[in-house]
Amino acid sequence: MFRLFLPEPWWQIGTMEPTEAELISAARNGDSASFEPLIKKYQGRVFATARRYARRESEVEDIVQEVFIKAFQKLDGFRGEAPFEHWLMRVAVRTCYDFLRSHQRNRETAFTELSEPESDWLDRFVVEPDNASEDAEAARQLIEKVLSRLSPPARLVITLLEIEEKSVREIAEMTGWSVPLVKVRAFRARAEMRKILSQISKDKYL
Amino acid sequence: MNIHELHAKLIAAARKHPPGEQVPYAFEKRILSHLAALPAPNPWALWGRPLWRAAISCVAITVLCGLWAAATHSSTDEAGNFSQDFEAAVFAPMSEHIEDAW
Repeated sequence: MFRLFLPEPWWQIGTMEPTEAELISAARNGDSASFEPLIKKYQGRVFATARRYARRESEVEDIVQEVFIKAFQKLDGFRGEAPFEHWLMRVAVRTCYDFLRSHQRNRETAFTELSEPESDWLDRFVVEPDNASEDAEAARQLIEKVLSRLSPPARLVITLLEIEEKSVREIAEMTGWSVPLVKVRAFRARAEMRKILSQISKDKYL
Repeated sequence: MNIHELHAKLIAAARKHPPGEQVPYAFEKRILSHLAALPAPNPWALWGRPLWRAAISCVAITVLCGLWAAATHSSTDEAGNFSQDFEAAVFAPMSEHIEDAW
């Protein structure tokens, strides 16, 4: 009962939840157990990022694993100027880009047949664009197919710039590219995507 | 078909269907087991790469200096004369003093 009014004894000081900075510092010194809370906290976001670039769940898991291993090994490079999450997402985006480049050969070079829902959605879009809802699952599948045909830099730029709506400067920071390079790649990526969409319409309607 | 409109529609579709944040059960344990299996960083290995780079550049500089010295030495014998003249000029007062003393 009296303990309620006593100050915290010295042997209990420091038993509170460690802060993120303390966990990072301990992990930097090689304590991998301190890295566990950080993995738990951010793995959801890293999974979501990886799912934008890899289709198979086994590939997604491999990417996430690589992201955290790289992050642990390169913790010395984290200066603490920006939040840890930003730094980790930078590692994640670069790992995803490496994944896209290493799987470039597996990229779909020829358009596989459009599924029936996708074809119906396109028909609806041609007849009455406003009626073709972007909520439709077919639209999601179609954009996934189009993205899978893009080159790695084009896919990365379209995803970050148009889908995630990041600024050119943010993309430059995440990818390590210069701002003009991001702009050039964005211009090329849009052209590449329009070319693929033209090809779809040509295959379907001509 | 309006390609620009289709592009915008598909991008909007992608925005409306963000990927899920679900994580496989105990995934963090899998990562931790990989981290535990990583080999401990060897300080000699960390030093090795910069040392090798430094050694290569040192050897390159030495070779270049050697080549330059050989080229200048063989082409100009005047350089040797100059050094002898310079030495004589520097030691001239001393040698005169020695001659006087004798």
